[in-house]
Amino acid sequence: MATSDSESSVPAFLVLEDGSVHRGESMGARVEGHGEVVFNTSMTGYQEVLTDPSYAGQLVTLTYPLVGNYGINPQDYESAKIRVAGFVVREHCDEPSHGRSDRTLDEYLKSQGIPGICGVDTRAITRRLRERGVMMGLITTGSPEAAAAQLAEMPRYDDQDLVRTVTAEERYRWEGRPVSAQFEGVGGTFSAAPTAMPGERASEPQHRILVTDVGLKYNILRLLQQRGCEVIAVPAETSAEDMLAMNPSGILLSPGPGDPQLLDYVVSNVRQILGRVPVMGICLGHQLTARALGGSTYKMPFGHRGGNHPVQDLATGRVYITAQNHGFAVDPDTLPPGLEVSHINLNDQTVEGTRHRDMPLFTIQYHSEASPGPRDNEYIFDEFLDMVKEFNH
Amino acid sequence: MSNNTPPLEKVLVIGSGPIVIGQAAEFDYAGTQACKALREEGISVVLINSNPATIMTDTDIADHVYIEPLTVEVIERIIAKERPQGVLPTLGGQTGLNLAVALSDAGVLDRYNVRLLGTPLETIRKAEDREFFRNFLHDIGEPEPPNRTVNSIEEAREYCDEMGLPLVVRPAYTLGGTGGGIANTREQFEEIVSNGLALSPISQVLLERSLVGWKEIEYEVIRDGDDNCITVCNMENLDPMGAHTGDSIVVAPSQTLTDKEYQMLRTASLKIIRGLGIEGGCNIQMALRPHPRVAEALQAHWEPDSDYYIIEVNPRVSRSSALASKATGYPIARVSAKIAVGKRLHEIPNAVTGKTGAAFEPALDYCVVKIPRWPFDKFPNGDRQVTTQMKATGEVMTIDRSFEAALQKATRSLEIGNRTLLWEGAAAEGRKSGRDAEGLLEPNDLRLWAMMSALRRNTSADELLGKTYVDPWFISAMQRIVNMERRLLGETLTPDLLYRAKRLGFSDVQVGTLADMLPEQVRDLRHRWGLRPVYKMVDTCAAEFEAVTPYYYSTYEQENEAPPLPGQKAIVIGSGPIRIGQGIEFDYCSVHAAWALSAAGVSSVMINSNPETVSTDFDTSDRLYFEPLDEEAVRDIIDNETVDDVAPPSVVQFGGQTAINLSQALAHAGLPILGSSADAIDIASDRQRFEEFLSRLGIPQPPGASVASVSEALQVAQNIGYPVVVRPSYVLGGRAMEIVQNASELVRYLTVATEVTPERRVLVDHYMEGKECEVDAICDGEQVLIPGIMEHIERAGVHSGDSMAIYPGLNLTEQEVDTLVDYATRIGLAMGVRGLMNIQFVIQGGGAYRSPHSPTDESETTVYIIEVNPRGSRTVPFISKVTSVPVASIATRVMLGETLAGMGYSGGLWPRQKLAAIKAPVFSMSKLVGVDSYLGPEMKSTGEVMGIDRDFPGALSKALMAASLSLKRGDGVLLSIADQHKAEALSLIRQLLEADCKLYATEGTAAMIQATGMPATMVTKLLTESYPNVVDVINDGTVAAVVNTLSGDTSVMRDGYYIRRAAVDRRIPCFTSLDTARAAVEALLMQGGNYNIEQIDAYLQPAVED
Repeated sequence: MATSDSESSVPAFLVLEDGSVHRGESMGARVEGHGEVVFNTSMTGYQEVLTDPSYAGQLVTLTYPLVGNYGINPQDYESAKIRVAGFVVREHCDEPSHGRSDRTLDEYLKSQGIPGICGVDTRAITRRLRERGVMMGLITTGSPEAAAAQLAEMPRYDDQDLVRTVTAEERYRWEGRPVSAQFEGVGGTFSAAPTAMPGERASEPQHRILVTDVGLKYNILRLLQQRGCEVIAVPAETSAEDMLAMNPSGILLSPGPGDPQLLDYVVSNVRQILGRVPVMGICLGHQLTARALGGSTYKMPFGHRGGNHPVQDLATGRVYITAQNHGFAVDPDTLPPGLEVSHINLNDQTVEGTRHRDMPLFTIQYHSEASPGPRDNEYIFDEFLDMVKEFNH
Repeated sequence: MSNNTPPLEKVLVIGSGPIVIGQAAEFDYAGTQACKALREEGISVVLINSNPATIMTDTDIADHVYIEPLTVEVIERIIAKERPQGVLPTLGGQTGLNLAVALSDAGVLDRYNVRLLGTPLETIRKAEDREFFRNFLHDIGEPEPPNRTVNSIEEAREYCDEMGLPLVVRPAYTLGGTGGGIANTREQFEEIVSNGLALSPISQVLLERSLVGWKEIEYEVIRDGDDNCITVCNMENLDPMGAHTGDSIVVAPSQTLTDKEYQMLRTASLKIIRGLGIEGGCNIQMALRPHPRVAEALQAHWEPDSDYYIIEVNPRVSRSSALASKATGYPIARVSAKIAVGKRLHEIPNAVTGKTGAAFEPALDYCVVKIPRWPFDKFPNGDRQVTTQMKATGEVMTIDRSFEAALQKATRSLEIGNRTLLWEGAAAEGRKSGRDAEGLLEPNDLRLWAMMSALRRNTSADELLGKTYVDPWFISAMQRIVNMERRLLGETLTPDLLYRAKRLGFSDVQVGTLADMLPEQVRDLRHRWGLRPVYKMVDTCAAEFEAVTPYYYSTYEQENEAPPLPGQKAIVIGSGPIRIGQGIEFDYCSVHAAWALSAAGVSSVMINSNPETVSTDFDTSDRLYFEPLDEEAVRDIIDNETVDDVAPPSVVQFGGQTAINLSQALAHAGLPILGSSADAIDIASDRQRFEEFLSRLGIPQPPGASVASVSEALQVAQNIGYPVVVRPSYVLGGRAMEIVQNASELVRYLTVATEVTPERRVLVDHYMEGKECEVDAICDGEQVLIPGIMEHIERAGVHSGDSMAIYPGLNLTEQEVDTLVDYATRIGLAMGVRGLMNIQFVIQGGGAYRSPHSPTDESETTVYIIEVNPRGSRTVPFISKVTSVPVASIATRVMLGETLAGMGYSGGLWPRQKLAAIKAPVFSMSKLVGVDSYLGPEMKSTGEVMGIDRDFPGALSKALMAASLSLKRGDGVLLSIADQHKAEALSLIRQLLEADCKLYATEGTAAMIQATGMPATMVTKLLTESYPNVVDVINDGTVAAVVNTLSGDTSVMRDGYYIRRAAVDRRIPCFTSLDTARAAVEALLMQGGNYNIEQIDAYLQPAVED
């Protein structure tokens, strides 16, 4: 139910693959939305969730019932636009209260043509997904019967290469926002010595970090920039050769949407850079790395999406609360020699990180960039940069 | 755990003592969880608490239970005896922490090689001492509110010009911050600063920028010994900075914070708990930059140097952590206790899911609202302003899927009459205490209703925000409630409209009021339209994992997660928020009822709205519904638990007046009640039926009647003779009860203090000044078991809840005991009681004050019945503990159909134990400005302590010690005795002199004492005349206690008010009953400093002769 008392509410339905129909009211754009229905348990951060490219192709249900309370602000975008295929909430707020808010959730969804549904029993939907696994669904203001039939005909989440829908068209430099990269020379050859650091770290050489954009979140770029790096995002299809030609100090493989099995064109590039440049992988980047070295990945029943998952660092025994958003995981039994499980999820013991014994390489399944979620793991970026420093020393 | 320390085999847990404002039932909940958690780890637990009305002091909760005064001396004796390796003070509130510091300062911890667990001593000091705390924040780089230390008025002015007002002024090194305050105007600033500089021994004051109006946010954080940290919950106060968080409406999780803000404060919280090195739970309070519209309204002309400031840290489990535990399902106290003995977070299982561990952060998929329960329904003269000194006695919490619904359910849970959010009486109520509509929008207990009222009168959100600084988000939500009220008033009720109203939390009563229907009609309509609440689980994880805890709340949604429990079951109706007159004792009873049901193979279904209690712990009952205790909520739950049209029966005897009041409604709805029938309950409550009932049995009661008008009252009083006791029927804790001396007083009472109508009848009884006694008894229809007789030290006229009670009735004659037992037995059987009852008696003839020290005369006495309550009373925990008869449990089994004989009990008086035990009341008067502390028929105490020993002197002196009422030899004592008590006071005065006390007395009293040839220094009552006056001798410490009795005439009460108030503020004993004062001085004369310290079990067994 919209928190406004508007009489003009339009009934909408969320129809799931298992035949269940959830009646609510339309919000956002009045168009159909189709995708894999998943739930996220974060209590804050809906703006970051909406714009997180990893949610491409998904209808996202938030388990927290009150959404939109602080509106939408110009600072908290995680990518250029809304990435979810549709948004499912218990209640959305039409009268947000925050100094930075410049529009409502509903207005934001409408402005980008993204449908939503509110007033549904999101807990019931979550329980269903927990018990039966994630499934395809459709948000419609039309007839639910027709929607059920339609649903059977539509492409399935697991069959789509969603990375192509979210990756940057061209590489860009991050300077608090994407800035079209003015590269020297043909083919983007970079000078060996990046520009000097501003400010206090001026004495240190500035590291050039490439971030492969298979669906990156801006906060990864922000955190690297804050640490004094020159940050360049490159499209998913950028060849290993082109990447290496840019003379990077390190490469970060970003998170992103969909099944890593469909991304062999990225995996083959990854395979070629491993060992040659320090690499850190996050989420999809972690899965791609495992695949590049011969490991395999599998689909989880309902994944991990939220900001409260405990992850243990096996080396130290320490436990960290992490932000998570993934529906696939690395199978620990298929890891190649040299790639070791470094972190596990304490809830279900799944792999949360790997580290290579010989190569300058580690990966995490969770999101050290948070946003949304706890910032406990930003130190991972420092570890990455330590590795970069050591390698380039 | 490091290797060089001895392993923990035995740990001493310090409880928090009596319930006082600011330290309530949450510490019983926390302590009980802690004891259980430690024992699971194979640790032997030694527990000390002076409060008998607690589950934690049950002998099966800890291995060695001491119900003894919480003093360093007592604890040292326990440590010497038990030799624990560790002491855990962090579950015992501020009392626990203070004792830990005192034990360390006294060298006790070193002497016995006891480790302090949980929070390092250094940290306790850091969090307590403002200067230490500021340095700490500075060291870790966390922002403190802008401030400057100044040494002159010029420097102060300079800072004021720079920073603007309001400023908080804190003089350095004055006792309890004397001389400080908030300066809102330039004049106030000049005055407070000059005064503060003068009072400070080093002429120094701290000026701190006031953050009034900023958002107030709290985080509950836990850290283990490996430095792993989690936050359990964050909370946002609807009432912004300026109101004590315990006096604020609180919402969990935060509603108006972006993820960036949420994480910024979370990160700061983790930094703080790490910096403090706490192993366990910790509460952190922060102020966050307000909404720009609020900032504008504040007209603050300063640019803050941070988006947030750290306000306060509680390095222990707190009231907020109890709230957070109940709001999330995460057991903070349990986890903190395990961490304190070396467990790491991920090694502790999450008992809620049964699968995951304690190292995670709860995800809520609902909204929680807490509203404080203030005592101003009892103290209409008290200062209702909500400030930085907490005034609420308790709180309610509710859960729903919208803020509006949670807020509305929370208001219903407060149980202040039928005050829903629709209540429009705030203005009238406010006028009584001199507050206009404007003033009601400042923080006070009526503000919520005043805000609703304003919105109904089309006050704009901006205007309201400008006066309250409440964030616009909350005001919009209130506006949505008002909009729905208008629709319900104006539109025809349709299924859609009713559904929307229910989703916003409107009760059937509210809908009925607005749509002009009876609540029952709304209910019928609702059922016809298929609108019933569903119940959802509190599972810590927003349904991500399957959970096993049976903890539910209602909401209007699609899916119901609570199918009826299979098999035999019963509903236990809890007692709601802690308030004066209905305290933790009733929660104790409810918990035992649930346990007894489960033990008998009957599933227990608990309903309660109080987040502080053991009854709402997730593993107390077989199923918990966190809901308001009103007819609608209870009947909805019963409907939800009904299988094949068979409704489960309700237990109404343990939840105090809250539950008993529901009995008539349940009976009317045709729902079964376990134990005594609604009719038996009605006999006891209906004055006329009760009188007929007693006269049929030939048992005397003071003459009186129930009246419906002023003229009828005057007639009755005339017939029975003054003084008379007057009170409204169906009241709690003697609310609005008075002793009235003459006709004009009676008229005043009936017109000002209460109203009298045929619907609201008033009871007028002859006042008998005699010895008061009470019993709790269990009746199974065949026999009546009386576990013990409690004799009050104060004569009739002082509310039984405010009286000191002695077990086992040492000063009663055998004949009197026989009569009490006979009456109780006959009443129980004839009334048809099945389960518990409490009977109050007054004995006329003989001395009203009796003690072993003052021999009684042997004159003829008569026993009268004052009242019968067919339910568990506040003395059930006390009597259970001193007799080892599990009263609530037996009563529950009786209700289920067992007989006393079948359980191995016989009727009559349970053998008297060879011990003496005294229950003493504890007050929170220093927290309640404007409230008069004299003892009368209206109950005022908030808690109780117990003194138990092998003999009366030891027990008495310990009870007084635990209640902070002890006298010392040589103390100065100020006496101001009403004329009618002067003669009787002589023996007290002699005893005071015998104890070497130095007497000070007001004019008349001094003259009387001197006339009898005894020494006394006269001190004037007139505050403006000469020095020293009565208030001076109290404030400068000349006297260590006050004895001040009142004549019955209320018009002269104000004279003594300043004396009593000064004593309360100075926290010295103030005796307003000669009986209590005599007990205190006799304790001094009799006991000579000797008392035993034993486990409670040891007293109950016959003492071993050695």
